Amino acid sequence: MAELLGFPPQVLFGQLLIGLINGSFYALLSLGLAIIFGLLNIINFAHGAQYMLGAFVAWLGLKFLGVNYWAALVLAPVVVAAIGIVIEKTMLRRLYKEDHLYGLLLTFGLALIIEGSFTHFFGVSGQPYSVPAALSGGNNLGFMFLPTYRAWIIVASLIICFGTWYMIERTKLGAYLRAGTENPQLLQAFGINVPLLITLTYGYGVALAAFAGVLAAPIYSVSPVMGSNLLIVVFAVVVIGGMGSIAGAIVTGLLMGLIEGLTKVFYPEASTTVIFLVMIIVLLIRPAGLFGKEA
Amino acid sequence: MSEQKRDVEQLRVSDLHAFYGESHILHGIDMKVNRGELVTLLGRNGSGRSTTLKSIMNMVGKRTGSIMVNGNETVGMPAHQIAHLGVGFCPEERGIFSSLNVEENLMLPPTVRSGGMSLDEIYEMFPNLYERRMSPGTRLSGGEQQMLAMARILRTGANLLLLDEITEGLAPVIVQTLGEVLLKLKAKGLTIVLVEQNFRFAAPLADRHYLMEHGSIVEEIASHELEEKMDLLNTYLGV
Ligand SMILES: Nc1ncnc2c1ncn2[C@@H]1O[C@H](COP(=O)(O)OP(=O)(O)OP(=O)(O)O)[C@@H](O)[C@H]1O
Ligand SMILES: [Mg+2]
Repeated sequence: MAELLGFPPQVLFGQLLIGLINGSFYALLSLGLAIIFGLLNIINFAHGAQYMLGAFVAWLGLKFLGVNYWAALVLAPVVVAAIGIVIEKTMLRRLYKEDHLYGLLLTFGLALIIEGSFTHFFGVSGQPYSVPAALSGGNNLGFMFLPTYRAWIIVASLIICFGTWYMIERTKLGAYLRAGTENPQLLQAFGINVPLLITLTYGYGVALAAFAGVLAAPIYSVSPVMGSNLLIVVFAVVVIGGMGSIAGAIVTGLLMGLIEGLTKVFYPEASTTVIFLVMIIVLLIRPAGLFGKEA
Repeated sequence: MSEQKRDVEQLRVSDLHAFYGESHILHGIDMKVNRGELVTLLGRNGSGRSTTLKSIMNMVGKRTGSIMVNGNETVGMPAHQIAHLGVGFCPEERGIFSSLNVEENLMLPPTVRSGGMSLDEIYEMFPNLYERRMSPGTRLSGGEQQMLAMARILRTGANLLLLDEITEGLAPVIVQTLGEVLLKLKAKGLTIVLVEQNFRFAAPLADRHYLMEHGSIVEEIASHELEEKMDLLNTYLGV
């Protein structure tokens, strides 16, 4: 095939694929953050640590208990969500009436403690986790080579994101969640157990992070700092998309991954900063974010 | 309805004190509403009528005293259990959810007793809601939102309705419709506590009136005493 815009198609599509994969992680993580912020009013700074915990539970499970990848994909989110639920019930619960800042500080502190302890025990160098046999190898699409595991990441992330969107926007449970985000006191007066709804929502948001962590384990090394690096970018994505919108979090996540990938092709020097540049521009033009409701 | 059945106590409030943070708003409310009765809370702005209803729903900062609903003490109960005793609440600010469409708003409160109205019956009673059922709740006109706020608790089968200023800002014909709705509900044996600014609306519907002032009940007036106590009402309400 001829060159595209002066670049070999292999390079262009290769970077777009990487962008889409990064975007899949951004989408999963910012979706969880948006759900948690909506109902709990808390900016969950522990999200990166919970993503890392997901990867570590998968790695530890494989190493010590022989839990395979597919089982880990279900079990790790459940285990990490259970830890999240304990955190919500014992700590976060006390902060809902306070300013956002307190929740942010508490979860930030938790992230430092969790990441610090894992660094102490496992070091920062990172542990390998191999791609499951069923997803190894790849296909030559003619214009590029597509590794099967990478395609799986995109598909799995899209399924979970769409499923979550559907649940929130189209089901009765989602109606409770939306109503609780708007006016929890009235929802509770109608007879809904709002404290339980809040606990489960936090658990679900955390489970999404852990799921992303398991997806990431075979392509990035499993390391205690894997989440903190990613989280900064994800926060920028959340700011760009606007806190309020579920669909917005998903679309912005994918879009920012693609923009990052394209930048790598055309101007590699800016590829790590381009998202922050977009963030600044969006903040100047539309402070509530691309999909946020203007106050 | 027989005299005997009328004396079933649906709501009894004794020595109720309510607080928002540090401010002490209700100072020892006592009231009793029997099954099938329609009772109003009258008073000036700020006299504590909405706070009384919100206290019954456990939506204030703190409350002390006793609130018996259908024979159950509710002062120590979490807010979400109170509705399940058969209570439906229509708040003063209507509380329509903007991220839910009309039908989702309508279906939101869980059924708390059998015998509530079906969706079809509700759409028959409020045809406007049927036409707009797919639009976001807060796109409705003020009157339509008020109908929605009423309709959504009629669906739940609640037999004790706490209604806060349901006629506020509505056109006379809608007010008249609401009056007819209340009469129908009363005929079905529902118990209603009505907070109302519009005395002309409330007077012909009610069995009794409680008059509130500065967070206390200062007078109880049965509907047959209205004529003779008109002067008293005028002093308190300035009607
Ligand atoms: N959320 C709140 N925090 C603090 N004080 C409140 C709050 N809500 C009401 N109050 C105070 O409680 C008192 C009673 O208010 P309430 O809303 O019960 O009055 P009302 O009789 O319903 O009057 P209105 O006609 O204005 O609806 C008022 O003095 C008001 O300032
Ligand atoms: Mg009021």
